[in-house]
Amino acid sequence: MITLGDYLIVSGILFSIGFAGVMLRRNIIIILMALELMLNAANLSLVAFSRFHVDPSGAPNYNAQVFIFFIITVAAAEVAVGLAIVVALYRLRQTTNVEDITTLRF
Amino acid sequence: MMLVFGAAVIINRNPVASALSLVVSFLALAALFISLDAYFIGIIQVLVYAGAIMVLFLFIIMLLDLRAEELRKINWIASAGGLAVALALTVQIFSVVGSFQAAKQPFPPLARHVLSGAEGSTSDDVHRIGLLLFGNYNLPFQIIGIVILVATIGVVMLSRRETR
Repeated sequence: MITLGDYLIVSGILFSIGFAGVMLRRNIIIILMALELMLNAANLSLVAFSRFHVDPSGAPNYNAQVFIFFIITVAAAEVAVGLAIVVALYRLRQTTNVEDITTLRF
Repeated sequence: MMLVFGAAVIINRNPVASALSLVVSFLALAALFISLDAYFIGIIQVLVYAGAIMVLFLFIIMLLDLRAEELRKINWIASAGGLAVALALTVQIFSVVGSFQAAKQPFPPLARHVLSGAEGSTSDDVHRIGLLLFGNYNLPFQIIGIVILVATIGVVMLSRRETR
């Protein structure tokens, strides 16, 4: 029997993979992909809770699904802006490695 | 399978292979959503993530013509620190979920009329999400429209070549 906890653990592992990606990888595009993984992990736990919280009429809680709709929209906008910044940066420096872009480092 | 390909995103050295494993990971995630009876979200996931966002990623990777990263001197202390934090996060999530009583219960069944819509369609959750979106959440919906507009203008401004 699949329980709520199984989905939460999968979501947690996915979030940790994304977090490790942000921490370990040095390529900005891969870092953006790892950010997408983390957003999707949050979506998965929201859907699991939405399915778990069945209201008296027998329908899942659709507020969570509307929320996921907003998250997906914001993620799409974020990726578009992030990739535009990467392209502008590449035009300026010819690199996508975060270790080569340390102008703002203290 | 989703977790394997999710890990492959991080492990692959070639950005194109990484992006392709991200596509497979998103498709598997959409399958999980559909297994949770969230058909609309599953379809949106396939369309927006596996379709639009991944095309954007692949387009940028091809545009910048990124090669596989050369093996450069890895900062071992920083890498070990990042990995340790991620592992600690995993352990914490495991312990929290393990001590969470509701997490051990199976999912309650859905009512019959939710799964089969009024007009005999397979599911009416698009209908219900639409009602919520344009009823309760009308203001956030309009704000999200503004966000997308601002993002579009920002992208155009960012990628414009300086003409002087």
